[in-house]
Amino acid sequence: MRKALRAWCWAIVALLPVLAWSTEPVLRGTGDLGVIIERSAGRVLIVNTSSNSIISRVDGLGDLSHASVVFSRDQRYAYVFGRDGGLSKVDILRGTLEKRIVQGGNSIGGAISQDGRLVAVANYEPGGLKVFAADTLEPVADIPAAYGDGKLSKVVGIADLPGDRFIYSLFDADQIWIADLHDPKSPKVEKFSNIGKAPYDGLVTPDSRYYLAGLFGEDGIALLDTWQPQQGVQRILASYGQGEEKLPVYKMPHLRGWAVAGHQVYLPAIGHHEVLVADTVTWKEAARIAVRGQPVFVVARPDGRQVWVNFAFPDNGFVQVIDTLTGQIVQTLEPGKAVLHLEFTPRGENVWVSARDDHKVLIYDTASFAKLAELPAESPSGIFFTSRAHRIGF
Amino acid sequence: MLSPERTRELIRMVRQDCGSCHGLTLRGGLGPALLPETLRDKPPAGLKHTILLGRPGTAMPPWQPFLSEAEADWIVAQLLRGFPEESK
Repeated sequence: MRKALRAWCWAIVALLPVLAWSTEPVLRGTGDLGVIIERSAGRVLIVNTSSNSIISRVDGLGDLSHASVVFSRDQRYAYVFGRDGGLSKVDILRGTLEKRIVQGGNSIGGAISQDGRLVAVANYEPGGLKVFAADTLEPVADIPAAYGDGKLSKVVGIADLPGDRFIYSLFDADQIWIADLHDPKSPKVEKFSNIGKAPYDGLVTPDSRYYLAGLFGEDGIALLDTWQPQQGVQRILASYGQGEEKLPVYKMPHLRGWAVAGHQVYLPAIGHHEVLVADTVTWKEAARIAVRGQPVFVVARPDGRQVWVNFAFPDNGFVQVIDTLTGQIVQTLEPGKAVLHLEFTPRGENVWVSARDDHKVLIYDTASFAKLAELPAESPSGIFFTSRAHRIGF
Repeated sequence: MLSPERTRELIRMVRQDCGSCHGLTLRGGLGPALLPETLRDKPPAGLKHTILLGRPGTAMPPWQPFLSEAEADWIVAQLLRGFPEESK
């Protein structure tokens, strides 16, 4: 009898975790989670940067050949912008696709407003900006990028600015626009013309004051002081390619706000095997650093002590690390075939690197450069951690 | 005649690397769509020329360092027919 009772008690103890699971979900935050794009599969992986693991997969996101992600300010939802014009809202806590709309024919990226209520998508086709309510993905505003005699330009280089504004560049029209969505029903647009030939991407500095647009059609960078827009767009680093033959560009570089380290900004030199360094006070060229190939992403570790660089085809198997104190390359890694992106953990102790053609994501310690882990992923491209939610320009 | 291995490489290169600008589905991006219906009116010799030598003044680079003439011919023929998917 006593034996039977003891067995019964043990059974209850053994069942307790199961009972607890069924009545109450496991509570957790999302600050150490992130999203990795599996570009060919139309899928995202949800990952944990504390345990270096994949925690779930979300399917059905369409053509993700050029996908980017922004996060809701509660860091629960990822808004995924797909090449095919798809805008998907992924619940990273539940690992589910909450809603997906196809809002355009062909899109390049997007941004979320300062107050977190609006998600804006930059479209190639039809060229322009479309703005949606972040909670429902209902359309809020449509701002065609019309120029000249009514042609529409591809929109690139979108970033958020304070005051529920978005800043972006018009690839075909050589313009920078600032759309003010403070009153979403009647958006106001400020336009800057003749900023330089064929802006291909843009960034805002971490304080949001300066917007930089990289130019494909000529050397130099277009710079706008958004605190004093009446001063207009000025050209910086205009002489960087002079006297050197520009190499063919097999992949467009990308610009993002965390190329800023200390008082310097590190930028890819398009058509050259160089990283350009400019002083963010004078906006004069501070240095040029010779690197392994044509840079695609030039990203500062969150503390700004290192800048990591990946490269365009055919040098896309390499990653190099610049020490910002000395301006020297301190490490060259070969993580795998076709390195497309890299992302630092929130405070930068680790970096995650995607190797598309090796179908894996590699995790490195940024102090020792030791490889900590490899995760399998199908043609992985962009890696986005939820710490972006609280940064201007992401 | 291309080896099966080189054929796989070319399919991946067009889908993934050309796809950076033209889209994985080749419906276009920064570069134009490369679907049979968008290329139908363009002479194959011109398409091959564009692939090998690029188009100066645009973002299209020359792929000659990485492709033979025969490989460019093969890519043009496949694009006009509807480019094959990567096998998984």
